[in-house]
Amino acid sequence: MAEPIEKLTKKDFESDQEVRWCPGCGDYSVLANVQRVLPELGIPRENFVFVSGIGCSSRFPYYMNTYGFHTIHGRAPAFATGIKISRPELSVWVLTGDGDGLSIGGNHMLHVLRRNVNLQILLFNNRIYGLTKGQFSPTSRMGVRNKSIPMGVIDNPLDPIAFALGAGATFVARTVDVDASSMQHVLRRAYEHKGTSFIEILQNCVVYNDGEWAEIEDKKTRVEAGLPLEHGKPLVWGARGRRRGIRIEHGVAQVIALRDDEDPVAAGVTVHDEKLESPGYAAVLATLAPPTFPIPVGVLREVERPSYEMLLEGQVHDAIEARGPGDLRKLLHGSDTWTISG
Amino acid sequence: MSQSQGSVVASHKPQERLERVAIRFAGDSGDGVQLTGTKFTESTALAGNDISTFPDFPAEIRAPAGTLAGVSGYQIHFSSEDIRTPADQADVLVAFNPAALRASLADLRRSGMVIINTDAFTEKNLERAGYQADPLPDVRERYRLVEIPMTRLTLEAVKGLSISQREAGRSKNFFALGLMYWLYGRPTEATVEWIKTRFDGEIGEANCRVLMAGYHFGETSELFPVSFSVPGAKIQPGVYRNITGNTALALGCVAASVCMERPLVMGAYPITPATEILHELAKHRNFGVKTFQAEDEIAAAAAAVGASFAGMLGLTVTSGPGLLLKQETINLAFVAELPLVIVDVQRAGPSTGLPTKEEQADLLCALYGRNSDSVLPILAPATPGECFSVMLEAFRIAVDYMTPVIVLSDSYLANSAEPWLIPDVDTLPRHPVQLRTEVEGFMPYLRNAETLARPWAVPGTPGLEHRIGGLEKQDGRGNVSYVPENHQRMTDLRREKIARIVAGIAPVTPYGADTGKLLVVGWGSTHGAITSAVDEARAAGHDVASVHLRHLNPFAPNLGEVLRRFEHVLVAELNMGQLSRLLRAEFLLPVESLNKVQGQPFKIADVRAGIERILGVA
Repeated sequence: MAEPIEKLTKKDFESDQEVRWCPGCGDYSVLANVQRVLPELGIPRENFVFVSGIGCSSRFPYYMNTYGFHTIHGRAPAFATGIKISRPELSVWVLTGDGDGLSIGGNHMLHVLRRNVNLQILLFNNRIYGLTKGQFSPTSRMGVRNKSIPMGVIDNPLDPIAFALGAGATFVARTVDVDASSMQHVLRRAYEHKGTSFIEILQNCVVYNDGEWAEIEDKKTRVEAGLPLEHGKPLVWGARGRRRGIRIEHGVAQVIALRDDEDPVAAGVTVHDEKLESPGYAAVLATLAPPTFPIPVGVLREVERPSYEMLLEGQVHDAIEARGPGDLRKLLHGSDTWTISG
Repeated sequence: MSQSQGSVVASHKPQERLERVAIRFAGDSGDGVQLTGTKFTESTALAGNDISTFPDFPAEIRAPAGTLAGVSGYQIHFSSEDIRTPADQADVLVAFNPAALRASLADLRRSGMVIINTDAFTEKNLERAGYQADPLPDVRERYRLVEIPMTRLTLEAVKGLSISQREAGRSKNFFALGLMYWLYGRPTEATVEWIKTRFDGEIGEANCRVLMAGYHFGETSELFPVSFSVPGAKIQPGVYRNITGNTALALGCVAASVCMERPLVMGAYPITPATEILHELAKHRNFGVKTFQAEDEIAAAAAAVGASFAGMLGLTVTSGPGLLLKQETINLAFVAELPLVIVDVQRAGPSTGLPTKEEQADLLCALYGRNSDSVLPILAPATPGECFSVMLEAFRIAVDYMTPVIVLSDSYLANSAEPWLIPDVDTLPRHPVQLRTEVEGFMPYLRNAETLARPWAVPGTPGLEHRIGGLEKQDGRGNVSYVPENHQRMTDLRREKIARIVAGIAPVTPYGADTGKLLVVGWGSTHGAITSAVDEARAAGHDVASVHLRHLNPFAPNLGEVLRRFEHVLVAELNMGQLSRLLRAEFLLPVESLNKVQGQPFKIADVRAGIERILGVA
């Protein structure tokens, strides 16, 4: 792009539509953080496309002053794939939730991740169906009671991070709706990654599942509830006097208590490595959960693989190199013709 | 020059002239029947005959050898006159095994010729085919049976080559092909050339030798006292090729992309009998064609809609079960008012049905099978060649009116081949797409006064950022709207927009007569059978005409008026009465129905019988 891009601000990404999520919904914070990060990415506003499915989080595109497509339940990754393979220069973002992305849309999520289409997928996980007023979702915990299962959930929940890793995702991260600095960091990293970036956003549904992520959302308890991940840094968390580390060995995680001044690496704490080719280590991180463990937050995995749309572009390019640009006359004639003369 | 070079000496046997011949090749699905049929078709095209073919595939890829379930058939009808169907009955049946004989004998005309490979008529094969007793004495009595030990003669022909018995045995279809070339005076050179490019080394040599052995067997054997000639037909001058409906349809999509100057993006999921369209389009990346084999039918449609939102020509191709899966996505494209072309290569249903067999029963599903008021334009090609032009029209309508368009092909069109007068590329209608770029006055749902289409404004265009989606939109501005009057207005506008497509549809002209006692109405692949039946009936003095509909929604502007010019209207269709229901509803006329759902196309005789029923003659 030769022309200098006009300096954009958060305001440029706000649409004229009144935001209609419930007061106190975690989605507001995600929206604000996305609108803050986009101006920094250095691409013209018209090149952003926001694609969503169905659910509370899927109203997101209406509030963004970009191109947007609010599609149908669970299928946003497929629409986004069509957009991205058509126009690789566009920056395509997918907004989805635990029901949209992992229940009705589980199949598309699996395949978009394995193909590694260069998209940013933001999965809002509030462990509930909000828009339909409070049914359990595929991430709801066992035993939780709600409207569609008054005696308690009896299906084993799915972990979004483990799902993404299992699908072969090349970028997997987790962040928290109200944690602005973590989220902005993860969003920037996701944009920079050339391939599908999968971000689980722990998001509070204030009406139907309030407090699901209370400990990690509350600044006072976050230091105890969350494990901040940083590439090349040991897996350490906790306030002074309660400092602990995590050692991952042979696929098993264990907590190591640390003195405040102790060198965690010398004490056997594992050093975080996003770049491991095998997803095994990240899969162990994905299993970490309270009460024994903190919730890992940040980038769990980032590895490099060619993106689908660029491989496809490559085939088009190679075909033109090898055979020349398409000649319709030749194509219609095929290999065997005969002539009837008048 | 060795025999295998394809040199042919003039026959010293007498030659009898025929106007038309229908040959049916039948054998196990591993016998190379389709290949044999295709090669015979090509040589016959080169001989200048008019042609119509009907490949009849078994559903199983490799059913147990020798069973009825595994019988694969290929019928070719060729003539020195204009023909439109693969013929109700074959004149000659080439049966490679007892199962093929059993499955095909009913389609052979009385006292027709049956050529069998006697080597395959073992006790075991007779049993596999379900014969309790040897059928040949009965066949000898009712038909002209020609018994040839094809396997043995094939093995003799390849003696001296270092290929296995098994490999050699596989060449026997070339023996039959060579024999038929001799019998009907077809040229062998093109096939010999083809074998050489297709098969390497000894296998290629074996196939050539076997082909020519079959040819010379005809000349030397006492079994054939005469050979036949079918002179070339009077055909419109020009350059021709053979084409199947599926190939023509795929080429039509590429041509649309070229003529509209927009790249084609196809989302597809493999499904019989539509998959060849994906195969064909996947070859043409050098036209910028992007084919995307998706994880399922839904994603295939969704990717095509995404592509369309991004400014490409979005295409998705499927068959009935896949159409159902795509309907929610199609409905989104309908309310988002995005261009999209959906091809349904219909097959016999309901559900999985008879996946390789013929039916045209998805019309109501295509027209109405979505939630709420969502009626789409529907087009149906009538011949393999028309599968090409119909795609140019479908994309034009989709873009001009910003709407999904459904094209209904079917398994018979998909697989049938006919000679196709290759269109001159320079005369194809150019229709470059105008994307919206003007910022001044832009609103996503501000409509063209004439077509009611909204502007096609695509991501990447500065100043036109907007949001679309499945929620009802405010007319003009395009914001989400729950205003009651707005929903009524948008529903009315969507309906009116589709109705206005009629402006580009030519009036229909009845075939045979402009007015009279009976009008037969058809659509899609039944064109050949209906037109031929009308010809026959008129030749017999009956007052009958026909009209064939390419536009199923909206109908041609004069259709109602044409229907009213006839005392009776008979709708002939391969379903239980779908178009007839639409015509009754639209025109309040007591139209009658001729229906058939047997997984097979109409025979001319079926339509004749329908005509005679209405006219009260028998």
